[in-house]
Amino acid sequence: MSTDTSPSAADAPTTPAGKAADYLDQRTSVGGAVKEFARKVFPDHWSFMLGEMALFSFVVLLLTGVFLTMFFDPSMALIEYHGDGPEAMQGQLMSVAFASTLDLSFEVRGGLLMRQIHHWAALVFMASIVVHMMRVFFTGAFRKPREINWLVGTVLMILGLAAGFSGYSLPDDVLSGNGLRITDGVVKSLPIIGSYLSYFVFGGEFPGEHIIPRLFTVHILLVPALILALIGVHLFLMVLHKHTQYPGGGRTHKNVVGYPLFPVYIAKMGGNFFIVFGILALMGATMSINNVWNYGPYDPSPIGAGAQPDWYMLFLEGSLRLMPGAGTEWVIFGYTLSLNVLIPAVVIPGLLFTFLFVYPFLEARVTGDKREHHVLDRPRNVPVRTGLGVAFLTAFVILALAGSNDLIATHFAMSLNQITWAFRILFFVGPVLGFWITKRICLGLQRKDRELVLHGHETGRIVRFANGEYIEVHRPLDEQERWLRVNYDAHKPLEIEPATDARGVKRPGYKKDKRWQKLSRFFYEDRVEPVTPAELAAAHSHGEHDEVESAQHSPELVSGAENADREH
Amino acid sequence: MSENQNTPGRDVTAPNAAAHPERFDDPGVPAHRSRLTDVDPKAAKRNERLIALIFGISCVGAIASIVVYFAVRPDGTTAGTRLSTALLGTTMAISLLGIGIAAIHWAKSLMSDHEHVDERHTLASSPEVREVAVQHLADGVEDSGIARRGVLKGAAVSALALFPLTFAVPLISSVGGDWNVSKFRHTIWERNKRLAYDPSGRPIRAADLTVGSAAHVIPEASQEEMRSHEWITEKAKAVVLLVRLNPEDLRSDQSPEGETWSYDGIVAYSKICTHVGCPVALYEQQTHHLLCPCHQSTFDMADGAKVVFGPANRPLPQLPITVDDEGYLVAQDDFAEPIGPSYWERLK
Repeated sequence: MSTDTSPSAADAPTTPAGKAADYLDQRTSVGGAVKEFARKVFPDHWSFMLGEMALFSFVVLLLTGVFLTMFFDPSMALIEYHGDGPEAMQGQLMSVAFASTLDLSFEVRGGLLMRQIHHWAALVFMASIVVHMMRVFFTGAFRKPREINWLVGTVLMILGLAAGFSGYSLPDDVLSGNGLRITDGVVKSLPIIGSYLSYFVFGGEFPGEHIIPRLFTVHILLVPALILALIGVHLFLMVLHKHTQYPGGGRTHKNVVGYPLFPVYIAKMGGNFFIVFGILALMGATMSINNVWNYGPYDPSPIGAGAQPDWYMLFLEGSLRLMPGAGTEWVIFGYTLSLNVLIPAVVIPGLLFTFLFVYPFLEARVTGDKREHHVLDRPRNVPVRTGLGVAFLTAFVILALAGSNDLIATHFAMSLNQITWAFRILFFVGPVLGFWITKRICLGLQRKDRELVLHGHETGRIVRFANGEYIEVHRPLDEQERWLRVNYDAHKPLEIEPATDARGVKRPGYKKDKRWQKLSRFFYEDRVEPVTPAELAAAHSHGEHDEVESAQHSPELVSGAENADREH
Repeated sequence: MSENQNTPGRDVTAPNAAAHPERFDDPGVPAHRSRLTDVDPKAAKRNERLIALIFGISCVGAIASIVVYFAVRPDGTTAGTRLSTALLGTTMAISLLGIGIAAIHWAKSLMSDHEHVDERHTLASSPEVREVAVQHLADGVEDSGIARRGVLKGAAVSALALFPLTFAVPLISSVGGDWNVSKFRHTIWERNKRLAYDPSGRPIRAADLTVGSAAHVIPEASQEEMRSHEWITEKAKAVVLLVRLNPEDLRSDQSPEGETWSYDGIVAYSKICTHVGCPVALYEQQTHHLLCPCHQSTFDMADGAKVVFGPANRPLPQLPITVDDEGYLVAQDDFAEPIGPSYWERLK
């Protein structure tokens, strides 16, 4: 190694690419970065591209968004419209924001395409974030060391909602204007600060003449800047932690198995970007969305029936629709507390988001687990987590459906009031049922795994012994498949110190421990242990009446194992 | 996973006298399975040609997009714009999807699919590193003298805590306009203000309303007045839904003792929902029910606009009306209570 800062003359690059690399490296030490990252290994699975889809739809949003800002004018000045837009709009009084939306759709060639791609990309952005979160949740990818990245991701999801809502309102049409009015109603319901917060948002009384320019700044500067910064943090942590991997032979918490970034993932991720962009372009080309000229410019009086917000806002809309109004507006010392708005619009979403924020920490606490996890869980192997996730989604979907109760009523010719009542009940019953059914399915699948490991796959081949007994031949699992089905931890509920110490003195903190233990029991009381080599050996001994030795630590399985043995 | 690696008869864990391990052993990364393109050069060549073809289609799409841009000019009709949008978008999609599909197919069929293994390293810094880090911080604290100089610390913290006010006070004092939230209480309705049709602004004669009819109502104003933000903001509070019922169908309204707020079966209620403020616009003539299309609060127009279903809690406020000398409907006064959604100081 030479002490000179530049490579010796013998190493001097001769090719143009080599010279350029040398020039760059001497100024940026890019060589180190290339050495570190070029062949960095990423594990391969289709579900790992869901997050990429979110990222790429965001890139598409930025590209099409820049196009739109060239032509959109976020002004609320009132003008009479005479342009290339539809006949019905001619001569109407409207804001410049609405008029410029018409102009960029009808006068700018490709403008309507960009607007529609932008809107579809926003819907796909939120959808891929939600599905990506589902993947991370159900596989336990939020566990140590990734809890912070889960929080960053959840904040990104909320920022995505803010970006979508602020953008949706910009054209200043009747539909989005009434959406803003609902927002104003929700803001006003907040105790003490409500009226002032409404003035804060609208710069005076609703709708005023400030809201569109303000939303524009929020939509094109504030929220995207925050999203970009947090995407940076999200990806930095992902690279730092190295990606999680699905369980399988050779995949451990200490390694990462997969293909190198260059060239495989450059091609796959790059390809994925173009596919996401291509499909969004196809959607923008063929599926019209938010034709604001059908609604008209904002006017506080008209409203359309059967109006729906974008899908990611439906749960809030449904929540507002389900809440019964009777008896839920309280007057305390002359001050009005609108629980009929606060509960569905603030408390319910607050609870849903709080669940997302605290879950990783809650699960780590009741599991008593401080290890790093880089191999993902199969959802069946953590039945209570999977059940809770399904319960959460059930509540979300029921609220979203309730946000379309008027369309359900008109399309299926049903009573709106009965549908609303059914959803009110389902909102409480559905998640419980969803949890219970999912947990039972998970336990069932785990038992099936045991069954397969112990007795192999059915082959359909029936053999008759000399003594007349028939058996079906079972084919043992190969070691890769068996490993997949036995390689997991069946966590046990927390064990805590006794209430009193050896000398009978009460231990402080016992009650708290006891409460955590209770919660831990809820998580891990019912569990199915993976097959051990001893159990497999016992099953293979083909002894008709052999008790499986180590089955006693999951008594519910004893009878199952016996039955299985009798098949032989 | 490959299920034919082990022959069916092979039993890797046949029982024996030796003690069994507690857990199974990791069998290691599965053996690489060659793809057709790995073993058959013809297949590889075929795929190479296919990928090149798809890239080629992408080029065609991009060029077609430019051709479409210049060739298909929108003719000013909605259909023309739609055609241009569909062609521009489809050719764009061909260009993009071509690149995406070709790149991914290249990666999957021709690039090496031998699995690599990287080691992970513990994230936590080593005890030595932590020790040095803590020492550096301690040295920094020592150098700054912040621990010893209490007054300095207090002064610095105060300055840092106060400076955001220089930014926040001007922002907050201006951002809410005049902050006069008592405007929620009043609308532009006043004694003898005529009721007019929305949006024409034509005053309404009581005699012109047939029984069973409903009308969207605004306060009478000149066309000039209506072309301003002040008007839109006032209209947002003042809109009214008026219904003429058979006087015997009108079970009740909100008139206090000794006053009559309706006129000959004509009742006028605020159109702004008491839930979160949507315009309540769907009137059902048979049941006299008024339905809010946003959250389905339902009000009974024949019974004081009481809530019969949905998330609203309070009846819609009634606008007291009568007729003037010329037979036009006029307001007796402003609404007796704030219209629209509830807020904290509504009753104060």
